Amino acid sequence: MEIASLVAQVQGFKAIAAGLLIGLASLGTAIGFGILGGKFVEGVARQPELSNMLMVRVLIMAGLVDAFAVISIVMGLLLFFTNGPFVSYILEVAKQVS
Amino acid sequence: MSQLPANYIEHHLEHLQLNLNTFTIGHGGFWTLNLDTFIVGLITALLIGGVFRYVAVHMQVGTPGRLQNFVEMAIEFVGRTVNETYHGKSQLIAPLALVLFLWIFLMNTLDLLPVDFVPSLLHMTGVEHFKMVPTADPNMTFGMSVTVFCLIIFYNFTVKGWHLGKEVLTSPFGPYLFPLNILFRLLEEFVKPFSLALRLFGNMFAGELIFILIAMLPWWSQWLPGGIWAIFHILIITIQAFIFMMLTIAYLSMAHDMH
Repeated sequence: MEIASLVAQVQGFKAIAAGLLIGLASLGTAIGFGILGGKFVEGVARQPELSNMLMVRVLIMAGLVDAFAVISIVMGLLLFFTNGPFVSYILEVAKQVS
Repeated sequence: MSQLPANYIEHHLEHLQLNLNTFTIGHGGFWTLNLDTFIVGLITALLIGGVFRYVAVHMQVGTPGRLQNFVEMAIEFVGRTVNETYHGKSQLIAPLALVLFLWIFLMNTLDLLPVDFVPSLLHMTGVEHFKMVPTADPNMTFGMSVTVFCLIIFYNFTVKGWHLGKEVLTSPFGPYLFPLNILFRLLEEFVKPFSLALRLFGNMFAGELIFILIAMLPWWSQWLPGGIWAIFHILIITIQAFIFMMLTIAYLSMAHDMH
């Protein structure tokens, strides 16, 4: 019974951590993409003939903006969907105790 | 699917490993070779090399075939990108960029194969774990980025010579703050391999994990999310390969620039 409550506690904290990882990463990328797209449209409006060149630059920057948010999101998903080290550690300790 | 979701994912995240101490399949601490990454990487590299060699030998001047057109397009694209950023004389950078771009692109493209297709085929022949995408393995991406890092250091020393010392000591803040300058320079250089490798690894790993998550849905509902993610992923694959190439060129041209 105690072990069940311990595991439940860890799972709860894991859910919060995963939510923070995914949510904050998405927030940051969203702001980044908003600024990036806005500036791109501004630039094209000023000089429409440069739009092809700007598009390539925007795609490069999109990749850069994307990258670290994606790592954070994956860590969140891993916490969400796998057992991971936390729960298995508790189960191991529980085995040793009992 | 008869397994728990967590087991299914963890099963898919394990490599086919070779213990280099005893040359048996299994985990060997530090001396572990990820066989799947190694073999798939080698096959893709040989494929690119073979195709390009074939085209180079069978080149036609009058009416180029489709394959020759494709190869010329790739070479011209990379050549143009290199010419825009790099203005030095080195003969190595353009071929390096071409190989990096095509190799990473091909390895990333393996992400679009169904996640269970190759592993389950190999499962019938007795292979327990197999990860198809080499760039979703940090060892692969760090291997490439550390190679680039060594080239950056090599060119810094050979091209700049004694000038490098002056640059490191005085670069952002002037000569009186030289300890801070050295610290900044070291940080700037050592961040490069990490950012290169982690960016590529993170994106490919994320793509693979989301495909695995989609594969856990019931079979009739996999098509829509799988299709959407695959289309989005084509963009990511190309952009990540392009960014890796682009940053390599930029770093190497920074190593060549004298101020």
